[in-house]
Amino acid sequence: MTFEHTHTEWSGVMFSILRDAGVKLFCYVPDRGNDCLISLAETDNKARAILLTTEEEGLAICAGADLVGERGILCMQSSGVGNCPNYLSLVSGARFPLLMMITMRGDYGEQNPWQYPMGRAVEPILKTMEVLMFNVEHQNELERTTVAALNATGKGAQSAAIILSQKFLGTKGF
Amino acid sequence: MSALSSIPLTANIDRRELLRKLFSEPAEWLFVSGLAGASKDAAALTDDGINLFSMAGTMGAAVPMGLGVALSAPNHNVAVITGDGEILMGIGALATAASVQPNNLRIVCLDNSMHGETGRQTGHTARTANLELIARGAGIERTMTISESSQIAEASSFLQNETGLAFLVCRILPTEPSAYKRNMKADECRVRFRQAYLAET
Repeated sequence: MTFEHTHTEWSGVMFSILRDAGVKLFCYVPDRGNDCLISLAETDNKARAILLTTEEEGLAICAGADLVGERGILCMQSSGVGNCPNYLSLVSGARFPLLMMITMRGDYGEQNPWQYPMGRAVEPILKTMEVLMFNVEHQNELERTTVAALNATGKGAQSAAIILSQKFLGTKGF
Repeated sequence: MSALSSIPLTANIDRRELLRKLFSEPAEWLFVSGLAGASKDAAALTDDGINLFSMAGTMGAAVPMGLGVALSAPNHNVAVITGDGEILMGIGALATAASVQPNNLRIVCLDNSMHGETGRQTGHTARTANLELIARGAGIERTMTISESSQIAEASSFLQNETGLAFLVCRILPTEPSAYKRNMKADECRVRFRQAYLAET
């Protein structure tokens, strides 16, 4: 990477693990928490970054990739989880082992009151739709958590979300 | 501008015969179909084949799922079969597809201008929405609308003999879809599609 960014280091670690596990389609709605990861996907010749208009599209794209034996990931902010429940019925209904990376708003230190309702709703929505949750609150949890989520969505045949807390990401000032 | 007033208001295309006229060799395609009538017609076309993943929920998901297949199976022809109500529910996916331009993806919209499955309620395309214009505005350059049986051969060539991301709107008669009892167990359909594809490649 040629630019400095708060998230450069961990994004590089996570991207390498995902790419080496065969994740090729990086579907995303832009968020400050995922922009380094997506920049890496855009410049890697084995990966492809796909800008979505709304988050649930990414679930369907990743499901389509799975139908022909490939892997994708949906990267979104926590508010985007609210757009996903209907498409998450692909997860529990058809057992698509989908992988998500969720960058939290409305949890630790949030200063925008609009973010809190969806921040609170992320866990109950994912639990109801049978998506396993792997939380990262500290730097030293990132690598093993990413591997755990990949294992769950690989041979484990489950759906899983890597959830990056604001305790890990830092909070946006207002 | 005349485009909006040029939406064909009448049609004489029977959906129950349309897909087999559009796709002369269905076994050479991978199909993803959206819920309700579009999936019944796609199941009738393929005899609910191993090259079809049909949906009965997740309204709006057909185009992005077809996009995921097309990007991940670049050496295969991929066709999405959807309806006017379904495609409008996930209309942003046209912009997403256009942004990555998969040459192997065709989107076929069976437009009966109604929500057939839920009681034949009037849809937006019976009023003011023009799907072909929306697709062009999203950035899909190859688009076509047909409303007459005499145009089906040209549409078939458009899908099969030309390359590049394409969007075809078929204005159809308000008949029932094909009477086909497909497998509704999504997990079984996923496994069968996946195993067939991976065994072949």
